[in-house]
Amino acid sequence: MIKSRFCKQCGEKVTGEETVCPRCKAALPAPVIPDAGKKAGRIFLFGLLSILLSFIPFAGIILAGIALWLYKSDTRLVSNMGKARIGKALAVTGLILSLIGTVYVILLLSVGNIPLWAAGTWTKLVKWASGIPADFENNFITDNRYNYIVKGLGITFEVTVFAALLGIALGIIVALIRSSYDTLKDEMRGGFGKGLLTFLNKLCGFYLTVIRGTPVVVQLMIAYFVIFVASNNKVLVAVLAFGINSGAYVAEIIRGGIASIDKGQFEAGRSLGFGYVRTMTFIIIPQAFKTVLPSLANEFIVLIKETSVSGYIGLQELTKGGDIIRSRTYSAFMPLLAVAVIYLIIVMFFSQLVSVLERRLKNSER
Amino acid sequence: MNDKNVIISVKDLKKYYNNGEIKALDGVTTDIKKGEVVVVIGPSGSGKSTFLRSLNLLERPTSGTITFEGEDITSPSTDINLLRQNMGMVFQHFNLFPHLTILRNMTIAPMKLHGLSKEIATKKALELLSKVGLSDRANAYPSQLSGGQKQRIAIVRALAMDPEVMLFDEPTSALDPEMVGEVLDVMKNLARAGMTMVCVTHEMGFAREVGTRVIFMDCGKIIEENTPEQIFTNPQNDRLKAFLQKVL
Repeated sequence: MIKSRFCKQCGEKVTGEETVCPRCKAALPAPVIPDAGKKAGRIFLFGLLSILLSFIPFAGIILAGIALWLYKSDTRLVSNMGKARIGKALAVTGLILSLIGTVYVILLLSVGNIPLWAAGTWTKLVKWASGIPADFENNFITDNRYNYIVKGLGITFEVTVFAALLGIALGIIVALIRSSYDTLKDEMRGGFGKGLLTFLNKLCGFYLTVIRGTPVVVQLMIAYFVIFVASNNKVLVAVLAFGINSGAYVAEIIRGGIASIDKGQFEAGRSLGFGYVRTMTFIIIPQAFKTVLPSLANEFIVLIKETSVSGYIGLQELTKGGDIIRSRTYSAFMPLLAVAVIYLIIVMFFSQLVSVLERRLKNSER
Repeated sequence: MNDKNVIISVKDLKKYYNNGEIKALDGVTTDIKKGEVVVVIGPSGSGKSTFLRSLNLLERPTSGTITFEGEDITSPSTDINLLRQNMGMVFQHFNLFPHLTILRNMTIAPMKLHGLSKEIATKKALELLSKVGLSDRANAYPSQLSGGQKQRIAIVRALAMDPEVMLFDEPTSALDPEMVGEVLDVMKNLARAGMTMVCVTHEMGFAREVGTRVIFMDCGKIIEENTPEQIFTNPQNDRLKAFLQKVL
C-alpha cells in the first residue's frame, strides 16, 4: 500500500507510484510505504546477523545475500531510508567477513593446523623455486634438449604455413564452385556445363560434410596409416591432412563472404555487360576478400593450434617436442609450460595482427 | 509504323513464379522506338520492374519474345553480355562498386569490355563527369558521396558504355526528396539529347514533362498506353483513374 501524496507545486493528489506530478510535471516526493520501516529493519537485522555468523561456513553469506536481495528488490521505496542503508552496509561487511570466515573454516577443517600448513607450503614453494634453475637446465640445456622445442617449432610452422596455403587454394576452388552453382543453376540452360557444375557441387558438398563431420586427428591418422601408408614423409602427410581439413572451413568462410555481398553488386556488374566470371573477378571477389580476410587469419590461428595433434603420427612438432623432453626428464611442468607459452605468444602475435588488419579494413572507404 | 525505328520489340512477354501461381508479367506486348522516352507507371507489384529487368534479361522471361535491334534476345544463342553492353541500366539502390573510386567505377567496364586504353577511358569518364557536375569527385569513393551524387554517377557509369538504350529502375525512389531534382535533371538532359529511355518511376512530373509515351501497368499487364497528355488529362481505364487519383 502506498500512502497518497500531494504535489508541492499544484497540490494535485497522487495515489500511484508516479515520480512526476500528472498535472504539472513537477517532481514528486518519493512515495512512502507503511511497511518500509519494517522492511528496513529486516535488512538491518540480516546484515548484522551476517557479520555475527560470518565464521559459520555459508551462513553469513546466505544472510548477507538475503539482506542485499531485500534491499535490491525494493530500491525505489527504501533506498532513501537511513536504516535500510545502514543495513546494506552491514550486509556488505558481513558478506566480506563471511567469505574470509568460510575460507578460514574450510582450511581449518581440511589442513588442521593452519600456521603449520602455511609454513609447510611456503617451504615447498621456496624449495621448488630454488630448484627452477636446475630444473631448467635439466629440461632444456642438458643434451641440447632445447633442440626439441626449436626444431619442433620449425616443423609446426612448416606444417601450418603449407597447410594454410593448401587450405586456401582448396577453399577458394570449393567456394567458387558452390557459389557459382547457387547463382547459375537458374541461369544455365542444361547441357554439359550445367551437368558438370552440378556434379562438382555435389562433390564439394560431400567433401564439406565428411571433413567437417569427423575429427581432424582421425583424418590425420587415416591419411598416415591408411592412405599414404607407403610414405614416410610425415611432414608432407600432415600438410596434406591439415590442408584438406582447413580447406573445408576456408571454403565456408569464403562462400559466406561472397554471399554477404549485396545482390545488386552482381546485377550492376552483369548489367554493364560483364559475364559471370568477370563480374566475380572484378566486382564480387575484391569486396568479399575484405570481409573474409579477418576470418581467414583466424582460421590460420586455429590451424597453428590444431597441428599440435601431429604427435599422433609421430611427427616431432612443438607439442611432441615438449612431450619428448617430459619423457626424458620425468618433469612435466617446465617443458609443457614452455610449449604452452610459445603457442600463446604466437597466437597473441597473430591475433594482434588480425585486429590491426580489421581496423585498417574498416577505415578504408566504407 | 516504320519498323526501322523500332529498337526493342516485346511480344506476349510472360514471367511466372512458382509454376504459374504468381504471374509477374502476364502477356506484355509493346514496341519501343529510337529516341522514345517510355515511362512505365503502376502500383507496386504491378510487374513494371520485372518488365524493365526482363528487357536486359536480368529476369529470364517464362515465355514470349524480346527483339532488340532485329535480334531475338530470348533465344539461347544470344550473347547476353554483348546485349547488356548496349543497354545501360540504373538501379534504385545505385549499386556503385564501393571498392573502386568513381573514376574506376566508370572506366572499368569500357576498359575491360571495349578494350579502351586507360587514358581514353579516363578522358571519356571525365567528360561525362563534368556533364553531371561531379568532376571534382573523380577520385572519391562511393561512400563519400550523397545519394543524389551516387545516382548521377550510376547514370554516367552506364553511359560510359555508350548504350543504345537506357533502363531506369525507380532511380529516384531511394533518394531524399531534396536530391530527386538533381537526378531528374540529368535524366531530362539525357532525354533531350535523344537517348532512348525506358523508365520505371513514381515521378509523375517527370513522366509528364519528358515522357513521349506512358505505359500504365497493373497485375502484369499493360492496361493503358498513350501520350502523357492523354494519360494524365484523359485517362480511359478505371484502374488508371483510381491510380492517378491517389498519386497526383
